[in-house]
Parts: sequence; C-alpha cells; structure tokens
Amino acid sequence: MGLLSDPNRRRALTKLLTRLNAPICGMPVDWLVKTMQSRGLEVFTQSFTRKLPFPDENKERYMVRGTNVYGILRAPRAPRTEALVLSAPCSEGNNNNQAVGLLLGLAQYFRSQIHWAKDIIFLVNEHDLIGMQAWLEGYHHTNTTGGDWSPLQGRGGSIQAALSLELSSDVITSLDLVLEGLNGQLPNLDLANLFYAFCQKIGVLCTIQGKLQRNDWDTTSGYSHAAQTMMLMVLKQASGRPWGDHGLFLRYHIEAASIRGINSFRQYKTDTTTIGRLLEGMYRKLNNLLERLHQSYFFYLMPSLSRFVSIGYYMPAFGLLAVILLLRALDLWVQLGASPPGTEDGPSSPGVLSILTPVVISHMTGVALYTLPILSQEMAVQHFPVSETEAVVLTAIAIYTAGLALPHNTHRLLQGEGTEEGWRVLKLVALLYLAVLLGCTALINFSLGFILALSLVPIAAFITPHTPKALSAAIMVLLSPGCTLLYCVFVFQELQETPVSLQDGWMLFLSVISQGILDHALYGSLVYPLLALLIYPCWLLLWNILFWK
Amino acid sequence: MGDQFQEELVIRPLHSGDIYASFQFRTMWDTDFLRGSKVSHYRLFPKSLGQVISKFSVRELHISFTQGYWRTMQWGQPFLPSPPGAELWVWFQDTVTDVDGAWKELTNVLSGIFCASLNFIDSTNTVQPSASFKPLGLGNVTDQRFLRYAVLPREIVCTENLTPWKKLLPCGSKAGLAVLMKSEKLFHSSFHSQALHFRPVCQDWKCKSTVWELRQTLNVVFDLHTSGQGKREWSLFKMFSRTLTEACPLASSSKVYVDVTDNPQGELFELSPTTPLLSQAVVLGDRRTYSVYDLTNQATFGQTRSLNMLLRWRAAERDMLRPLLHGERYVAGYGLQTGEIHTLMYNNHPYRAFPVLLLDTVPWYLRLYIHTLTVTSKGRDNKPSYIHYQPSKDRLRPHLLEMLVQLPPNSVTEVTMQFERALLKWTEYTPDPNHGFYVGSSVISALVPSVVAMDTNSTRECPLFSSFFPCKEESSYFMRVYTEPLLVNLPTPDFSMPYNVICLTCTVVAVGYGSLYNLLTRTFQVEEPSPGLAKRLANIIRRLRGVPLL
Repeated sequence: MGLLSDPNRRRALTKLLTRLNAPICGMPVDWLVKTMQSRGLEVFTQSFTRKLPFPDENKERYMVRGTNVYGILRAPRAPRTEALVLSAPCSEGNNNNQAVGLLLGLAQYFRSQIHWAKDIIFLVNEHDLIGMQAWLEGYHHTNTTGGDWSPLQGRGGSIQAALSLELSSDVITSLDLVLEGLNGQLPNLDLANLFYAFCQKIGVLCTIQGKLQRNDWDTTSGYSHAAQTMMLMVLKQASGRPWGDHGLFLRYHIEAASIRGINSFRQYKTDTTTIGRLLEGMYRKLNNLLERLHQSYFFYLMPSLSRFVSIGYYMPAFGLLAVILLLRALDLWVQLGASPPGTEDGPSSPGVLSILTPVVISHMTGVALYTLPILSQEMAVQHFPVSETEAVVLTAIAIYTAGLALPHNTHRLLQGEGTEEGWRVLKLVALLYLAVLLGCTALINFSLGFILALSLVPIAAFITPHTPKALSAAIMVLLSPGCTLLYCVFVFQELQETPVSLQDGWMLFLSVISQGILDHALYGSLVYPLLALLIYPCWLLLWNILFWK
Repeated sequence: MGDQFQEELVIRPLHSGDIYASFQFRTMWDTDFLRGSKVSHYRLFPKSLGQVISKFSVRELHISFTQGYWRTMQWGQPFLPSPPGAELWVWFQDTVTDVDGAWKELTNVLSGIFCASLNFIDSTNTVQPSASFKPLGLGNVTDQRFLRYAVLPREIVCTENLTPWKKLLPCGSKAGLAVLMKSEKLFHSSFHSQALHFRPVCQDWKCKSTVWELRQTLNVVFDLHTSGQGKREWSLFKMFSRTLTEACPLASSSKVYVDVTDNPQGELFELSPTTPLLSQAVVLGDRRTYSVYDLTNQATFGQTRSLNMLLRWRAAERDMLRPLLHGERYVAGYGLQTGEIHTLMYNNHPYRAFPVLLLDTVPWYLRLYIHTLTVTSKGRDNKPSYIHYQPSKDRLRPHLLEMLVQLPPNSVTEVTMQFERALLKWTEYTPDPNHGFYVGSSVISALVPSVVAMDTNSTRECPLFSSFFPCKEESSYFMRVYTEPLLVNLPTPDFSMPYNVICLTCTVVAVGYGSLYNLLTRTFQVEEPSPGLAKRLANIIRRLRGVPLL
C-alpha cells in the first residue's frame, strides 16, 4: 500500500485497468434491488463512471465504475416533500456487510410502521465517496467536478438529515461519531447531541475521534485527554476532506454524520439489534422534526461527545493572532509615512514594478504548483521510473522547492538595488494579504486558518532583510506550509496513538499530498487550491523580503 | 324528473398488493336557481351548499382535499386525480360582475363549511389559467375572467374535514356505503383524497334541459405492509372495520364494483362471495371488467345479512408500472441564492406523440428567470407551440406559466427554469421558516391516445367512476396528472436572538414593571370588617342611650 512500493507493478495494474476499462468490483446490485423490492420499497439504481486524474494508490483505483442502489420508503399520506437518508457504503474488499444487512433489516422494520412523515431513502453506495458524490449530484442535478452519472429516477423531496453507517467488523464494542465534512464543514450540533442522548439511553459506548469520554475533568490527565480529542478534531477539520460518507451532504445544507462501529477488543460488546434500536430512535426523532435542525451551533469543537467549545470561545484566540499582523502593518505604514523623502532624486518611492514583480512571480509559481503536477504526469512517467501518483506528488514537491530560488529570479528581472522602502512596501502588502487570507479561511474553516496562522504569523511579523540570513532562512523553511503539513501528519499519528517512524511518516506525508490533490479533483475540496494558489505565494513574498537586496 | 341520488364503491386490487377503494356519490338537483327565483325547497341536495352556490352564482365548483401523493408508478392512474393539499377551482356565471370579490367571499364561506384553511386563499396564490381548466359541465363559457384556481399544498386533511363532507350526503353516514367511512381506518392508509364537484349536466339523453350534479368522491389506498400486516388478503372488514348491510334508502342505485379485468379465471386472486353480475366499462382508455354487487337487491347480502367481500391473492408480483403519462418535479442546485425547477414529463406510449398542457404556479418569492426556460426532449430543443406567461408581482400575485408541449413517443421531456430566492420581510416569514416554503404541484393536462374506442355518448347509463371527464372523440381520453409539490428553503435570518430578546423583555416588563407599577399606584387602607347584626342593634341602642359605641 505504500506509495513508493514497487512502481512497476503498480503501473502495470493501472494500465491493465485502463485498457480493460472495467473495474473488478462486485456489489450485488441485482440481489440488492430484489431484496429491497421484496421489503416494499421503491427501488432505483444509478450508474456512474469516474476517471481519476491519477491513480489513487491508497484505495487502488483509477477508472471507477459502479452502481448505487437506493430504495425509497414512501411515508404514508406524505406529499414527497421531505426525506431522510440512511446510507451504507458497500464495495469489494471493505467488509461493510454488517451495515448493509442492518440497513435492509431496518428498511423492513420501518416499512411496517405507520408513523413516518418523511420519506426514508435507504442508499447503498459503491466506491464510498465517489458513489456518494455521484448520487448527491444526481439527486440535486448539479455537476461540480465533472463526474459522469446517470440521472436519478426517483426522489423524495428535500433531504432533511442523513446518517451513514459503517460497521467494518463483526464484533462492535463501541460506536464512533464522525462529524468532519468537506472543507471542514460540520453538521448541526443537535445531531451530535441526538446521537449522544440515544447512546446514553440505550447504553451503548460512544466515542468521538475514537476516544471515550472521561469524567475527571479537573485532573491533568483528564484535561489532556480532552485536549487531545479536540486537537484531533482540529487536525481533521483542517484537512478539509470528508472523513466519512456523510461529508458530502453538508454542501447541500443537509445535516449528516457517520456512525462507525469500532472493535477495540474490549469486554463490552454491542449487538446489531442494539444499533438498530439506536438508529430507529434517531430516525423517529428526525422524522418528528417540523423544521430543519437549525437551533443549535454549526461552529464548534468537541473535546468530548457531551461538551463543546463554541465559536465565541475559540475565535478570540485566532483574533489575537490576526491582530499581530494588523499592528505590524500599521507600524510599517507609520514608518513609511514618517521616513523622510531622503535623497530627492527621481523615483524616491519604490516603483510599482519593484512591488508588482515579486507578487506576480510568486503567484505564477503558485499557479504552476496548482496545475503542473497533474499536467506533467505523463511526461514524468515516461522519463523517470515512477508511477503516475508518485510523479504528481514529486512534481508538486519539486515545484514547491524550486520556489525557494525565486528571489534570485526576481532580482534578475529588477534593475538596480532594492531600496529600504521597497521591502517595507512589499511587506506591508504581504502582511495585509496574509491577514485577509487567514481571516477568510478561519471564517470558513477555523482549524485550517488557526494552524496556518500559528505557523505563518511569527515569520510574517519578524521577517526583515536585516535579520541573520541563514538562521532566518532555516526558520522560514521549517515554518513553511509544506513543513507544517509534515508536522501535522506526525502529530496526528501521535494523537491517534499510532506513532510512526520517520520513514513511514514521510510516506504518509506523500500520500497525504496525493489525497489532497485527489480530494480537490473529485469532491471539490478547497484546501489544495487555497494552499497552492494563495498561501504558498504569500509565503514566497515573505521569503522574497528576507533575500531583499 | 326531480332529484336523484346514486352511490357507488369501486375496489381495485393493485399489483403492489395494496388496495384502492373509491367512493362515488352523485346527487342530481333539478332546480333553476339562476332565474332569480329564490330556491327554498331542498330534497336530497344539501341545503348548506345549495345556498352558497346560488348566492355566489357559481357555475362549476371543484374542491379536493388530499393527504398524500398518488404513486402513479405503483398504482396506475386514479379515477379522479388531485394534488396534495387542498385544491379549489370555480367557474362563476357570466352575470357576476365582481369576480374577485365573489371569489374571496366564497373561499371564506367554504372554509367554514369544510373546516379547512381555505380562507388562506388570496391574490398571492390565485391564478386564472387560460387553457388548463376548462369547464367540465355543459355550456361553453371559455372566458377565463370567470375562472379562479388556487392550491394550498400545505393543507393537512383530517377528520374535521371528513365530517362536514359526510354531512352533505342525503343519508349522512347512517346508511348505505357511507357507513364504511370510519375516520380511524380511512386515515390509516397510504393515500386519502376527498373531493366535491358541482357542475351542470344534461337531464336526459335528449339534453333539452340541464340539472345540477353534485359529485362527491373519496379515494383511499390501503397499504399492504402497514394496514394489511403484509398479508395479501383484503376484505371490507379489514379495510374499513365495517361490513355493508343495506343500501341508502334514498339512493336510486347503490353498487359495489370490484375490478377483475386481470383476473378472468381467478388465477390472480380469489374473490368471495362471487357474483354473477359483470359489467364492462371503458375507463382511462382501457376496457375493464367489474364484478358488480347490487346493494338494492337483498340477495346480495345472503344469509348473514351483511356483505363482506374477501379478496385473496394467489400470485405475488410486483413490477413498477409504466403509465402512459406521468410527471415528476424537483428543485436542483444548492445554496440559498438560486435554484432550478425541473419538471419531467414521461410519455411511455411506444409510437404516438401527444400534446400536453403544463400549468405551473410559482409563488412570487421565487423569482423566475423566464429567459432560462428550456424544454428538451430526447436531447433536442422542443419548442412549445403555446406559451402563456404572467409574471408575478411582489406580494400580489404568483407566476403563472402555461405551455402546450408536444411529447414525442417513448420519451422524457424536461422543462427547466432557474429562479432566485427572495429575501422576505421579517414579518412575512411563517412561524416555522426553517421548514421551507411550499410550491404547489404543476398540472399536466393531456388528451392521451386510447387503446380502445372511447364512449362519446355521455348520456348513456354507465358507472359513475367512468363518466366524469366528458369525452369528445373516440381515439383519445382526457387525463390530468399532478406532480409533487416542492419544498424550498428561503434565506432565513436567525430568529432565535430576536425571539429570545422579545420573550425576555416581555417577561421583565410584565413581572418587574407590572408589579412595581401596581405597588406604586395602589392606595392601601385597612378595611374594617362589617359588624354583625347583633352588634349593629347594640350600637343603635347605645347611640340612643348616649353611651360610646362598641
């Protein structure tokens, strides 16, 4: 599964798949259709094909072809205006059979109940997120990422809430709630509260981020446990990727969460009936809702399943960081205004060109970082012994590193010496740019904005051409967005209690980059373009200031 | 000829295992309320309705209350279609001068009669369709000035609507078929629709004079899994928890029909008790065979003096049907700024194209971009041959769009239109704004090619359920299909903060200020208890004697 393991074999497999143009998948579509029909549902299928920009080595797929099967339980005497969704991913290899079985069982049970006021859609999606993306785009008749899917035949009106069920093991000891969705969006907190309340009522162990809740809040270990749980949430949210099949629902303003059965080899076992009761309870509650979930929070961080940190508490922390940038900018502005015109010869103020050139060149580098890896994969594969995926990731890293030579190139374009005022103006621009950028990011995805602010604000605040070059350069490289990503990978593994060696960490780092690019291409995640097109050029501007002549 | 009353119950076993029961009641009213003579004598016709109709000079009145959506793909076509919620359309006499005023008063009166929120019909949801709703009765008034049409998609139908509807029947729910209408069973179903149609029809086959027909229909579908406990076995008792014991004594005919078309030899289901009477009727472009139970004949009830038909399925098959015409509608897109309404119309006829009339009524708060209107069939642009569009006026009237579209054989025609969601004033939001706002069903009216020759002679004796829509030609029949209503979310401000502030302020004002004000303005004085009779006498005596009082 490693990214660099046996490129030749990988390439051969990819070629084979491409030529055959047929996946090795095996979801029992006909059986599912027949079973759902016999349970009294209206059953429809949707087929989809998707060609990934480059092979996904984590999940071993390139040309994806699959079928979604969904059955609609029509609520009696309801006009098809509202619906709830229960989904279970089903693919070859990932053994989610338990969840599909439970879904079918629940469908049969729900069918004989008279009290449903909303249609309930039971969805079995193939190829997890790709299938879910196809289904959701089909349902809402949009096409944001250029997938190819067949139109849906049956609908149930506007979807009010959705749950995705993943039971990968035969023995379930606890249920984990996954909330983080695409671009760090979160469902309404009431959905989490609902889950927690029912777990308490039925007596199921429930976790968030795979961590149990502890009651010793006031002790150090209890506090650090909660802090670790919250850090995990911050890192997951910052990644901007959907951490479960529910993640794609959030774009459509549908409150959704994934429930994942975990086998952690404890004594405590939960049988499927109990999970069924839990789901029945949750669906009956959701069914009784007159309005969409809207009363509670949409912005929160959870140190445990029953506690949350609201936006009012965490936003000031970010605000204080951002204020540094603004104060620095104000300071520079005052300095620029106060400094005497100096020698009264010709262009006393730095020319527009001297500011514009680095800005434009940095952004060109950003555009190259965004577009070239995927465009140049074929060429790279022909000339180097690497697979497509490696080609993409390594090209990205190469362009990223090449950006470090930028000040040299800039100076070649600029004639004459850079003035003292020149770098001040450039820094003012960079500071304001960074402040706006981080502010907007934090509003959309707090965690990402906060992590970027933590690493970028110190260097943005202190960097000048007069600091010791070697030391500053080392610090800047260590705090660059790429390195921050590397640290995040290690911290994440550490927090998950699966520490990795340096070698494995590096592998993971490479695969995280490829996943980020794929997430952007497949689901429209914005983290990769944000980093490549905006954050990285901004960092390059600061790098430029350090090497100002 | 005088007044006349007929009642009918049609039972159609559906392939999905569900069962469809349709009640039809027809009251003929031989009167002439138009000539100005005040009608005060009522025999069978309900007086409450008759007075309203004569007061407002109504020519035709159609009102339906429906809970649920008719599943065409599973159940086929209903005898009488109706949209979810309440629908009301009225043709006024051409003598009416102030149609809008009469319409407003009429909706309020009907709202009282049927215990429904018809009083919410106002100019923002009333339209005058130019072609979709032609009069169904006699007369050729086609000036749409006298037509009003409104739908309330959110109206919830329940027992309080059923009771006044039942009271309009001559026998009430005391005798005849209406004894089966027990609300606890009727509302334990997949679909429930009750309707009332009032129109002028011919008196006899010569059609020299007209009488007024009041037709009351009630359609209900019982579900195999929830009402039938999953068993493919139905009886009158299981459906209605009642059996039939007599016909309505006032009825000139009282019959129960069971559709046995697909079951000539009894291979599909078993029907007991058997009846020798068979009847054929052309319904919805198809010749159907029915077993008939005549309730006016005592032999029908047999030894037990009660009729409880039993239908037991032998074979289980469930395939989705391919109805000739059906429609679908949904909102596409995401976000709260814009959206797109998609209407799909399926023509499943293998080789015949036919035209349909599409009527769309969209509330003003969805601002339609009419330039984005596209009609495509089979991937090609399909130009409507007639478009009638009336733009909305904010807070005054809705959008009205009518189109005549030719549906090619075996095709799906898609009508799309983009819209922008308006930001309402804060007082215009409903109490539950996050539920969303309803857009009524669009109406597809069509002349569908018929498989068998239709019966154009409207005066011949035929079952009630087959004779509602008048038939002008033999080769096609009229059909109306309603799509599902839409639920659209509008940009909604967070009402919780103002709500809390208002609640808190009111409480503080009421409790704090109120009690303080009370304390400040009230004057306190010690009230002396009034002395008893003995004491008062004693005091009078003491006063006379001149000693101090007690």
